[in-house]
Amino acid sequence: MLLAEEVQHFVRSPDWTWFILFYFFFAGISGGAYAIAALFRLRGEPSDEHAARLGHYVSFAALLPCPVMLVLDLGSPLRFWHMMWNTTPGEAGFNFKYWSPMSVGVWALLVFGAFATVSFIQALVRDGRIRLSLVRRPVKLLDGVLGELVVAIGAVFGLFVAGYTGVLLSVSNQPVWSDTWALGGLFLASGMTASAALLLLLLRHRRSAEPSAAKLIVSERLYALLELALIVIFLLTLIPADAVGTVFGFPWILLWLVVFAGLLPGVGGLLASRLAVTGEGVPVPLQSASAVRSLAMPALVLLGVLALRAAVIFSIQ
Amino acid sequence: MARITPGQAYGFFTDTSVCIGCKACEVACKEWNELPGNEPVFGDGYDNTGSLDAQNWRHVQFIDNVPDETSGTGQGKAWLMMSDVCKHCQHASCMEVCPTGAIIRTEFDSVFIQPDVCNGCRNCIAACPYDVIAQDEHKGVAQKCTLCYDRLQGDMEPACAKACPTESIQFGPVEELQRAARQRVSDLHDQGVTEARLYGEDDSIYGGLNAFFLLMDEPEAYKLPNEQNAVLPRRNNVPGYLGTLGTAVLAVLGGLIALRRRREPTPATSSGTTPPDPEAGDE
Ligand code: SF4
Ligand code: SF4
Repeated sequence: MLLAEEVQHFVRSPDWTWFILFYFFFAGISGGAYAIAALFRLRGEPSDEHAARLGHYVSFAALLPCPVMLVLDLGSPLRFWHMMWNTTPGEAGFNFKYWSPMSVGVWALLVFGAFATVSFIQALVRDGRIRLSLVRRPVKLLDGVLGELVVAIGAVFGLFVAGYTGVLLSVSNQPVWSDTWALGGLFLASGMTASAALLLLLLRHRRSAEPSAAKLIVSERLYALLELALIVIFLLTLIPADAVGTVFGFPWILLWLVVFAGLLPGVGGLLASRLAVTGEGVPVPLQSASAVRSLAMPALVLLGVLALRAAVIFSIQ
Repeated sequence: MARITPGQAYGFFTDTSVCIGCKACEVACKEWNELPGNEPVFGDGYDNTGSLDAQNWRHVQFIDNVPDETSGTGQGKAWLMMSDVCKHCQHASCMEVCPTGAIIRTEFDSVFIQPDVCNGCRNCIAACPYDVIAQDEHKGVAQKCTLCYDRLQGDMEPACAKACPTESIQFGPVEELQRAARQRVSDLHDQGVTEARLYGEDDSIYGGLNAFFLLMDEPEAYKLPNEQNAVLPRRNNVPGYLGTLGTAVLAVLGGLIALRRRREPTPATSSGTTPPDPEAGDE
């Protein structure tokens, strides 16, 4: 016989699987990389400009698969535009439901896409890869305050895109997802960690951006710490709902081990050096790390971020 | 019954105390709505339909509840049978989250998924607390009971209610059904059947269910959330976004700390050969 649980969930799972997993992953990186690039450009030194451009390239590249994943996941992909335009007879008009994160997210992704594209083109122009004056001239307008404003607003949307996916899961009646308020923050923090790690990985191919390496390393450590804190909060919020075992039990614990392994370079680095905490600190020499290390560490971090989303998405479905 | 008139709220009163588990409702529903039969499922009970889904818009639950001691006759205790269906909630979780506007409230106050508007995002499936909706694999859209929208428009009662031989499923204006249900439950209580209770006939569950039930056990025995657990998805918006906002603030602070921490030159690693900024010449 069925017994009443603390929190009852009699829902069916929506079968959001691989497409959604990778959408969440890329959305986190795209938004996170944009935010990091914005910080470099707005608050960094002149030498950080190259890292900022790299961030905008990454942000744009990670954005591209997002709409593809979302559309392919639909039962009727050709109707993806129904998200934006209501086709109900007599009710035609824009769809915007502020109380439905899926509806809000579609628009946020669209707006963020515009910012990411503009910043991408700007980076190309600044790198001298676009010489067409038709493009260069309007982009020049972004050199001053206007440009800073664009990057700042874009970063807000970027942070939203990286995090709202967790809120989307929570705004449901699913076990685990709807029992916590921490998923939005968790996805955002891990998106930031992943972005910092990916930028570090790519830094090797853009020597001009290397002066920013130490800052990226410290960022990655702090984001990893933030992510770890949110994992703990996530776990704590599941206790009243008696749902910890659902998402942290076997076999999902294996994925969580990957998640924690991915946090090791960041949190471990923080513990080892404490340089980020003291504020004075020693610079982190990039080449002290062997090629394997500087490749394997960020790759491990990225894998951990993917595993985190997989554990949250698959454990309840 | 009087003519079925638009503008009035219609629904079902499903009285599980008289259900005999004949599944006439399931069959009638499938016939009228042209829903293909699924492969039967065989669990550890007598139910081979499994659950409500895209092809099953009525599902007779068989709940094996055989007590240790023989109970009095006619109390429906050993086997609980309940013809489950979409509840056509007043505050419908499915409708709340649907991003396309595919889920509407009709002129009969029922909750209807427009098949030509739905794009198969499945957000409603994640939201419905009664496990009612599923995606049709061929059409790629979400499907559930329509309260026989097309029959109502033609002044015919839904197929399941028409077919039910014991009047376990009654169709009519919601207010009339509520009166009948309250009468029925008080009659049962008078006969000593104290376990009989109504579910969803008042506004305590999702603002009222247009398809409500008379149950012979706790709601959760029938996989129905009790009053305390009947909550809407949107409850998580504010806490979820606040958590995200707090994290965003900390993330920006973290980024600023990382940027600010020192002014010493980076050691030889950066090799000092920053390539000339191609833009420099333009400025
Ligand atoms: S029972 Fe489920 S599908 Fe039916 S109206 Fe309520 S939330 Fe929607
Ligand atoms: S699957 Fe269809 S009905 Fe359900 S939420 Fe998505 S668009 Fe709306």
